[in-house]
Amino acid sequence: MEFGPHLILATLEGAVTAAVLALTAVGLSLVFGVMRVVNIAHGEFYMLGAVIAWYVAQMVGGHPALGFVAALVIAPLVVGALAAAADVTILKRIEYDPERTIVATIGLLYIIQQLTLMTYGPEARPVEAPFGGRVELPWFDWFKTLFGMAQPWGWSITSYKLFVIFAAGAVLCGVWAMMARTRIGLLMRATQADRDMALAFGIPVERVYALVFGIGAGLAALGAVLIVPIQQAHYLMGVEPLLLAFIVVIIGGLGSLPGTVLAALFIGLSDGIISVFFSPTLAKILATLLVGLVLVFRPQGLFGTRTA
Amino acid sequence: MLELDAVNSGYGAAQVLRDLSLRVEAGEILCLLGRNGAGKTTTMQTIMGLLPLMSGRITLDGQDIGSLPPHEVPRAGIGYIPQGRRLFAGLSVAQNLEIGLQVPGAGKEVLDEVLDLFPRLRERMDQPAQTLSGGEQQMLATARALCIQPKALLLDEPTEGLQPSMIEAIRQVIVRMRAQGVAILLVEQRVDAVLSVADRVAFIENGRNGEVLSAEALRQDHSIVDRYVGV
Repeated sequence: MEFGPHLILATLEGAVTAAVLALTAVGLSLVFGVMRVVNIAHGEFYMLGAVIAWYVAQMVGGHPALGFVAALVIAPLVVGALAAAADVTILKRIEYDPERTIVATIGLLYIIQQLTLMTYGPEARPVEAPFGGRVELPWFDWFKTLFGMAQPWGWSITSYKLFVIFAAGAVLCGVWAMMARTRIGLLMRATQADRDMALAFGIPVERVYALVFGIGAGLAALGAVLIVPIQQAHYLMGVEPLLLAFIVVIIGGLGSLPGTVLAALFIGLSDGIISVFFSPTLAKILATLLVGLVLVFRPQGLFGTRTA
Repeated sequence: MLELDAVNSGYGAAQVLRDLSLRVEAGEILCLLGRNGAGKTTTMQTIMGLLPLMSGRITLDGQDIGSLPPHEVPRAGIGYIPQGRRLFAGLSVAQNLEIGLQVPGAGKEVLDEVLDLFPRLRERMDQPAQTLSGGEQQMLATARALCIQPKALLLDEPTEGLQPSMIEAIRQVIVRMRAQGVAILLVEQRVDAVLSVADRVAFIENGRNGEVLSAEALRQDHSIVDRYVGV
């Protein structure tokens, strides 16, 4: 077992984790940043995205790519609409009070999870990847010929995993462009900076909140649709992404999108690498330890700004 | 004309304003004077709809604005310059002004008009708002409210912590707005600064109406000021 090839493979696997994690965490960070809502149900929106992707893929049939593309569009939209409805019917009613929103979203978590168990069932179901094929990593070819080794298992990555990395990157660029370059992004940032002044300058804060909550949940759902050909859809699959997303958001700085993306890359990659060389448990232990250290020494997160 | 009629309001269960009535004519500066905690800022937040109206009526040129949702109030034509400026941090000067401009859906002409009043902002358009000096921040807060093309302007301690040249610049803009027929409600701690611009002064005490006097009368008899604001 040589070190080099394993490291590259672990890095690529880690990058897949990081890509999906970045989408999920940016959704969580956006919701917290603009609305100051700690959304405990975020992982369930992720899970819903995967489950809806399975349903859509079943209904569409035909070539796997058709079902997958349909799921990629439909699942985030449906989950986003559900989340926006939850915002208007639940969070708005409790006036976004910090403690009550935590309790309310915990309730939402169990409702979504149990409803999924009652309808979708306890099975884990796969969605077929839109395209297969393995991409040989050129470095390994060189390595093989040099040492005259036989092709070992798994020293290549499926092209689909590379697609996940690039797709997530593209979506994140889209989110950045929306926040930095569009009118609605400007209104969101103004709402984030000062809610009362946003109201005093005619911004319909309630509608901005519903939209942000929907987009946040939609991003989690999108991440799940991307991962479901690799991991399968299951009603409990939202627990770990929720935990990791919180770790990422705390390390990156609450409400800071660049910080969140960098932290997701860091946690995702280190998770991949440490899992391969040591154990997945150690990876989680170190990530949690890092959260502890960040909270003690830099409570606003690595890239967060302290708000007065 | 901005009119408050027997307004009751406050924070949750804590009532601050009790049957407060005020009238600000178009083209008039009414100054609200009172001790700390008398309800001056509460009055402004209630007008903006940021605090719930328990009872009473608020009208602007006859339109009932007390019943509007908060984000519709500025659209009715009320510009708010809050205490402590409260600019949108993280947004540039230009973006802060854009937020003001989108209220009436105004364009470049309005922006140019406003920037003509504050030429210094023109040089700082791309700078993040929170990096401006105190005086420039106050200019931006004022410019942002003027972008609404308001019929009524609420100013909460606009000269707090500013150097004299800045105070004078802000004062000139206020006087100019009055000449354009804007109804101006001004809250200010420094009585002398007030008396030089205000047309009338309304005293407020424990959230209730005190006397309403012409600024002229106060300039001649200072004793009443000491009674309400007394140091």
